[in-house]
Amino acid sequence: MSRLAQLPWGPMARMTGRRALLAVPVLLAVTLGVFAVAAAAPFDPVKAYAGTAGLTASQENLDQIRHNLGVDQPLLGRWWHWLTGALTGDLGDSATLRAPVSQVIGERIGWSVLLCALAFVLAIIVGTLLGVLAARRRGSLLDRAVTSAAYTLEAAPPFWLGLLAVWLFALKLGVLPAGGLTDTGSEVATAGQIARHVVLPALVLAVSQLPWFVLYVRQGVGDALEEDPVRGARARGLSERTVLLQHALRSGLLPVLTLIGSRVPELITGALLVETVFSWPGIAAATVQAATSVDFPLLAALTVLATAAVLVGNLLSDLLYGLADPRVGFDG
Amino acid sequence: MTARSIRSAAAAALAGTMAFGAAACSTPSDGTGGAGGAQDSAVVGIAYEPESLSPLLGYGKDGNSKIFDGLLTHDADMKLRPALAAKLPEVSDDGKTYTYTLRDGVTFSDGKPFTADDVVFTYETILDEKTNNASKAELDALEKVEKKDARTVVFHLKYPYAPFAERTVLPIAPQHIAGKQDVNTGSFTTHPVGTGPYILTKWSKGEKLSFKANPHYWGGAPKVKNFTMAIIKDDDVRATRLRSGDLDGAILPPNLAATFKSAKGMESLSAKTFDYRNVTLPTANEVTGDKAVRQALDIAVDRKAMVDGILDGAGKPAYGPVPTDSPWFAKGTERTHDLKKAEQILEDAGWKKGEGGIREKDGKPASFKLWYLAGDKLRQEHALAFASDAKKAGIEVKVESGPWEAIRPNMKTDAVLAGGGSPADPDFDQYLLLHSSLAGDGFNNMSRYDNPKVDKALVDARRTDDKAARKAGYETVQRELVEDPAYIFLTHIDHLYVVKDRWKDLTTQVEPHDHGLASGPWWNVEDWQPAT
Repeated sequence: MSRLAQLPWGPMARMTGRRALLAVPVLLAVTLGVFAVAAAAPFDPVKAYAGTAGLTASQENLDQIRHNLGVDQPLLGRWWHWLTGALTGDLGDSATLRAPVSQVIGERIGWSVLLCALAFVLAIIVGTLLGVLAARRRGSLLDRAVTSAAYTLEAAPPFWLGLLAVWLFALKLGVLPAGGLTDTGSEVATAGQIARHVVLPALVLAVSQLPWFVLYVRQGVGDALEEDPVRGARARGLSERTVLLQHALRSGLLPVLTLIGSRVPELITGALLVETVFSWPGIAAATVQAATSVDFPLLAALTVLATAAVLVGNLLSDLLYGLADPRVGFDG
Repeated sequence: MTARSIRSAAAAALAGTMAFGAAACSTPSDGTGGAGGAQDSAVVGIAYEPESLSPLLGYGKDGNSKIFDGLLTHDADMKLRPALAAKLPEVSDDGKTYTYTLRDGVTFSDGKPFTADDVVFTYETILDEKTNNASKAELDALEKVEKKDARTVVFHLKYPYAPFAERTVLPIAPQHIAGKQDVNTGSFTTHPVGTGPYILTKWSKGEKLSFKANPHYWGGAPKVKNFTMAIIKDDDVRATRLRSGDLDGAILPPNLAATFKSAKGMESLSAKTFDYRNVTLPTANEVTGDKAVRQALDIAVDRKAMVDGILDGAGKPAYGPVPTDSPWFAKGTERTHDLKKAEQILEDAGWKKGEGGIREKDGKPASFKLWYLAGDKLRQEHALAFASDAKKAGIEVKVESGPWEAIRPNMKTDAVLAGGGSPADPDFDQYLLLHSSLAGDGFNNMSRYDNPKVDKALVDARRTDDKAARKAGYETVQRELVEDPAYIFLTHIDHLYVVKDRWKDLTTQVEPHDHGLASGPWWNVEDWQPAT
């Protein structure tokens, strides 16, 4: 507790406050931008809404639905209507999923958070481990293997990795389910089933994020191993273990902290693809659907959510960096 | 902000997130899950997911909705049978009044009784302009619905409409639930309650629909107690999951269905359909608008080769919206593939061979664009086969693909590889396809065909109850399409299903173009009987 109290809470709070204020215009601009882009897209919300029935519907019928959905309103009007509603806590109704936006997000975000958190933690742990191992003996066989594997994976798109994993584990080996949250015939989501179904998507998402952590840690720790404090520690005869863990790792991991923040958007895009490949019932599937059917309320809410996640990720990494390296401070 | 307030805010946020996460992660369960006996549960793979489960928004309008019943229903031979009605309707002599007597003692799955008020509510809500139902034009003939007494409902029509009874297979929604919420966005659209043989237990959008048998179903409790429809858009994935035992049945394209031919314990079923593929011939285009070009294309295409090559034999050549084995088909309107005659027709009309074998008339090359829906392999193959046949007659067809968003603005002048078909009554698809009043209206009459003779025959045939007169009317339409083709019809496509042989005597209905949840051998899953 005493150590917690010693933390520079004041500056950290001020930084958080500043960022929160800054977030307001950013969020406004982003939502307006999303409305504008979606309105300019060739997708027709009424066509998406009516589905196959729309192919035989009369034009009068379709026009009436267009009016009922309010999509014949001008862009700014719709945005203002959405904004004022959202500020009073009413996020509107999703036209494609036929449910209130808050319900759509509520039902799905838990699964997305579960998937992303698992993948992120896995990527950080494995990435740090492999990075440190590679950095200890630069140029060794292990280092070269890890580094070249990391570069290869960096170039591989997550959906391709996903399809590859499905082919290998679900079709060839038959050890893991190919998709979904639970077995098809089962209505109850048991922990065991979910655990089995989350393995492949989480693994693929983690692997797609892994190279960044491996390469950053390898670089950071490798550089730190050649700095004066480390040489000094070695000269004093400290054990290699102490040198690595107490000295090199501490300064070498600093760049990784920034990375955590900046990887959040990548994680979100990665999740988008991975959820689609594995029919994971998270918010990604909803995002794709919202975008292609110009479902404004859902699209706007999801964009706000993603933007907020990115802003929070950045704030978090800046706070951590400030704590780890007092020279940086909390003014940035 | 002080440090303390930050900490408590953070703690509150954390607690909130955890509570939220816990709520989000709880999945509804009612204890019926888990595979019991092999024969009392079935899992099938389908390709299309309904947009909504509310009959008020169009769900189940052609019957077989599982969760609901209509006043009438279709049997295996597509004959109308009473369902929520006690018997077939009484039709007045002028064909404008339909009187239905309702079945006694039917309850919704929440235990509340089904009454005449529910029928009136359902039809009135669908026709309400605030209701976002894209199929309401199908009830265009309906003027008003009237509750005569607790067990009698009378439909008054604006004009005599012979196939009206076919429309009353549409499911009845409970007024005491659906009437209390927003028709477009209320929870009824995703958590429906009906009188049908099954009760929806869960709809995981994009993944599956789970049902359990309604033990109090008026038609008797179904033998298949747990029924799941997995939504798997990709054909290959669906086939793989069927092979791995994850599914008990699935719809498959011909090439994948063939791989199950010799599979042990699997039965293949082929459903006859009204599902056609055709090429629109926009009248506003100088080439496709020329009657000679239409006639030439109509006999230049080799339909038999398409059935054999594209469909692996699982289909029939199509000469019009009516398949050749339907009682409505006009005998003698089969076209013979005759390239020589096609070329003669073009020569006579002044389309002379120019450079590169492409014909010309008045300096205008015989060339037009043909769109197909991107990603639809079947349409792509039809489009390419059509283009290659047309080329042989000296007509250049430039095939292009795109989503409907890209195709729609070009439909007035470019040809489109389209599909459709509705088996219940010839009026259902032909009026939309051919009547000049619907030219260019949405996706109806995409060719913008305008033929007074056809218009008259279509209207006469829908307004008389006399079966012979109706048949004569639709024969006139089909013969007129030989003289002046509105579209080039290519094939009628069989729908193929593969099911484990755990149930006996499975059947299929004659299926429409849209074959989602209501089609397939599971059209009557409530009647399935174990094989042993």
